[in-house]
Amino acid sequence: MKSVDVLVIGAGAAGLAAAVSLKENSIEDVLVVDRQNFAGGILFQCIHSGFGLHRFGEELTGPEYAQRYIDMAECQNVEMLLSSSVVDIVSKDDIKEVIILSQDSGLVKVKVKAIILAMGCRERNRGNINIPGSRPAGIFTAGLAQKLVNIEGYMPGNEFVIVGSGDIGLIMARRLTLEGAKVKAVLEIQPYPGGLDRNIVQCLDDFDIPLYTSHIVTNICGSRRVESVDVSEITDGRLTPKMKISCDTLLLSVGLIPENELSITAGVSLNAATAGPIVSSDYMTNVPGIFACGNVLHVHDLVDYVSDEASACAKAVSMYLANKLPQDKCIPVHSGNMVRYVVPSTVKPQCDAILKLRPVAPMKNVKIKVVSDRGDVLKSKKLIRAIPSEMITVQLNDVPTGCKSITVYFEI
Amino acid sequence: MSKKYDIAIIGAGVVGASIARRLSRYKLTVALLEKEVDVSFGTSKANSGIIHAGFHDTPGSLKAELCVRGNTEYDRLADELEFPFERRGELVVAFDEEQQQTLYKLYRNGQQNGVRYMELLGRERTLELEPNLNPDVLGSLYAPTAGIIGPYEYCFALVENAVKNGVELLLSFEVAGIHKTNNFFSVESSDGRSIESSFLVNAAGLCADRIAAMCGMNNFKITPRKGEEYLLDKRVGKLVRRVIFPAPKTNSKGILVIPTIDGPVMIGPTADDIDDKEDFSTTKEGLDRVFAFTSHTVPAIRVSDIITSFAGLRPVPSRNDFIIDKTEVSGFINAAGIQSPGLTASPAIAEKICGIILSCGLRMELNPDFNPKRKAKIRTRTLVENRDYDTLGKLIQSDKNYSKLVCRCENVSEAEIIDAIYRGHTTIDSIKYATRACSGRCQGGFCTSRILQLISEHAGIDILKITKKGPGSELILHRIDKGHQ
Ligand SMILES: Cc1cc2nc3c(=O)[nH]c(=O)nc-3n(C[C@H](O)[C@H](O)[C@H](O)COP(=O)(O)OP(=O)(O)OC[C@H]3O[C@@H](n4cnc5c(N)ncnc54)[C@H](O)[C@@H]3O)c2cc1C
Ligand SMILES: Cc1cc2nc3c(=O)[nH]c(=O)nc-3n(C[C@H](O)[C@H](O)[C@H](O)COP(=O)(O)OP(=O)(O)OC[C@H]3O[C@@H](n4cnc5c(N)ncnc54)[C@H](O)[C@@H]3O)c2cc1C
Repeated sequence: MKSVDVLVIGAGAAGLAAAVSLKENSIEDVLVVDRQNFAGGILFQCIHSGFGLHRFGEELTGPEYAQRYIDMAECQNVEMLLSSSVVDIVSKDDIKEVIILSQDSGLVKVKVKAIILAMGCRERNRGNINIPGSRPAGIFTAGLAQKLVNIEGYMPGNEFVIVGSGDIGLIMARRLTLEGAKVKAVLEIQPYPGGLDRNIVQCLDDFDIPLYTSHIVTNICGSRRVESVDVSEITDGRLTPKMKISCDTLLLSVGLIPENELSITAGVSLNAATAGPIVSSDYMTNVPGIFACGNVLHVHDLVDYVSDEASACAKAVSMYLANKLPQDKCIPVHSGNMVRYVVPSTVKPQCDAILKLRPVAPMKNVKIKVVSDRGDVLKSKKLIRAIPSEMITVQLNDVPTGCKSITVYFEI
Repeated sequence: MSKKYDIAIIGAGVVGASIARRLSRYKLTVALLEKEVDVSFGTSKANSGIIHAGFHDTPGSLKAELCVRGNTEYDRLADELEFPFERRGELVVAFDEEQQQTLYKLYRNGQQNGVRYMELLGRERTLELEPNLNPDVLGSLYAPTAGIIGPYEYCFALVENAVKNGVELLLSFEVAGIHKTNNFFSVESSDGRSIESSFLVNAAGLCADRIAAMCGMNNFKITPRKGEEYLLDKRVGKLVRRVIFPAPKTNSKGILVIPTIDGPVMIGPTADDIDDKEDFSTTKEGLDRVFAFTSHTVPAIRVSDIITSFAGLRPVPSRNDFIIDKTEVSGFINAAGIQSPGLTASPAIAEKICGIILSCGLRMELNPDFNPKRKAKIRTRTLVENRDYDTLGKLIQSDKNYSKLVCRCENVSEAEIIDAIYRGHTTIDSIKYATRACSGRCQGGFCTSRILQLISEHAGIDILKITKKGPGSELILHRIDKGHQ
């Protein structure tokens, strides 16, 4: 049976950056596996620009950003197994056995010491948000439509209504308009838009595409192909029927969920708020030797942060292999007032940690506070604004010994 | 000149398919006519997939008789045709004294109908069998002979085997007119094709009344009764092992918690009489009703666990029992009004129809070449679930396409999808029913584009012509380089 020190599952932004950093940390025996026949993950279909400002100081498209990391991985001689899906992970003591179905190598069993989960995420769909109505052709998730349009050159529709104003929905609104389609409306259930400001301006306002906040689709009509959707407004928690919009396609951009299939198979516990694995500040899950980073851990808005997270994760893996990960008891991190989630779920005494969090709703002029169970303020940071679509990071230095838990909250 | 058959069957749902397969044992020429692009696209694809034990139906009714008889056929059928089937058992649960009384009544019904091995269970035994039930349960009626099944796989398998044994399947053949001349029916489709047959079996489900009317018979009407069903994420796992029923009220068996043969749990169906035979929409109100009910029976069920929903229409006849008989028009036989438990009863319905045809004087000689076996494709998913990697490894050596996973949620390989295409399933929905690709939690978000390519490549259909479920449901409207056309 083949054996490697570290297996990285997924060759998207996270997996590539993790592999490159492992090499930089002198871990030589690394294998990256991806089910697709190319590396780069979701970036490949994101042909718009807006990637790499933090990481490279310039604005790149998704494929360009991916290429930079593919080149680095090549430079470092990272071994890659493409067109290969990991289907099972069995942990026995310190060794894990991984089953891979590979187009070129058949069924491959690999013994590994450590695993980095970097499988990315998938899109929420109609069933997840329970839109009633008929089940005709013409209902697509935004990511699928993006793949059809950008990679395969097919238009899935002519007249669109888009549900969800997250970044993918906004970017697709512009993309479809540029391809000659009519985007009749973008509907958002929340009272505020879900995507980044720059995308609202550049993708909707510039093309006169109306955005309706506090609106939802209450019915899909059409038996073979979508013919129209019924839309209601939400006011004080009540629905008021507003309009019927005729369209041949409904695009759903209603959020992403970490790809958990394998994590669950491997015995990894999940965090209800992020829907990804529970990890410590070392990015290690509850299964010793299994680590996670990127969108499989929690959904990121900027790829640059994915790359950073993956590097930090790789560093922790190199310490794990050298038996140098701090063994101290983990201190739980709680989400307090107005905090939707915090990653990681635990930190370690006398260690540094980067907390990543998102607020429940948009806020202005707030203070983000990190306090211990004994009331010590470990960090306090003023923010002019905090919005759910922009991840907030807080650096914690030297977590004090003796505290039993810490809480992160917004002081309004 | 249109082709002549001994028998033509209208409708390729489980009823028409069962009849076709049953008739394929004989030296007869049989045509199976279906208006949709694939079989099992009617009520037979949208149901609860339960092989009922048979205690619900009124003793003496055809429904009761054929349900109990049909039930006994499934071990053999599943063995011959290799569709998924498991005898899991049904449990009717009671939460108050009145419901307890209903259990006794059902028990007596069952005894009269000839249901075997039923038991009345107390609270403890009930919870022992199904620990996720609401602990307030008082007791239950347990019928271990009930089973669960993959309903469309069953129908696909029946038709495949029937065709292998000589039945001719005519798809997209919507019967639009029937003329009886001397001893022949001449049957015309809406696109101008026609066939002739000595016998005509009406298994047209919701449209059986229209078909009968084409022959001048207006003695029954079919009303659609809608049932909405909701499928839960497999994350919530195997919440129940058996089918859980409430103590029933009138006209339906109530809202159930149903383990499906593929793992996830389904909840539903509702039962609402409607007017429109094309109305397959689900409603907010339906969801609320299903959910309110099942969250009482099995409190662990949450709305957020729902991954998809669908609605099916039961063909409810004006007389409230199956209509299976010859008619005043000689040679025209009804297998109509087959509402629940029609799936369960289908093998017995087929047997009965054969008997009727025989009694009408048709010479039915056994076909010595009849082969009852149909082989299913081995599923990657099953091997992975069972961690049977030796078999999977060998399979991949013999067919490389087994190593290419297309559907990541359900572990469906390219080998299985290509196999389904060569078995004649070339719409996205049929591929889903045949292989489970697109039926997992991402509902096709990742694999649809690859499935489109595979259908195009192996069935030689232009991508722009590939549909979800037949003409008018194309997925791609135009190519980008060519622009609007
Ligand atoms: C439409 C869209 C627009 C975006 N726009 C921007 C933007 O403008 N700017 C920006 O900075 N960021 C943007 N992002 C965010 C950023 O692109 C992502 O956060 C980042 O690419 C995620 O990287 P990842 O490696 O975690 O996941 P992915 O890129 O999804 O990679 C996961 C990889 O794992 C593989 N995999 C999964 N399971 C298995 C398995 N079992 N076996 C083998 N392989 C497996 C997959 O095939 C995939 O290649 C956007 C994202 C999307 C979806
Ligand atoms: C929600 C729900 C749940 C159910 N659950 C169960 C259950 O758990 N167990 C059980 O035993 N039963 C159940 N049933 C009942 C069962 O599904 C039906 O009894 C059974 O599927 C009926 O089969 P059929 O072949 O008669 O009808 P169909 O499957 O509807 O087949 C009729 C066929 O005729 C075709 N057709 C119609 N008109 C024409 C025409 N003019 N020309 C050519 N073809 C035509 C249609 O396209 C269709 O394919 C349920 C039903 C519903 C709605």
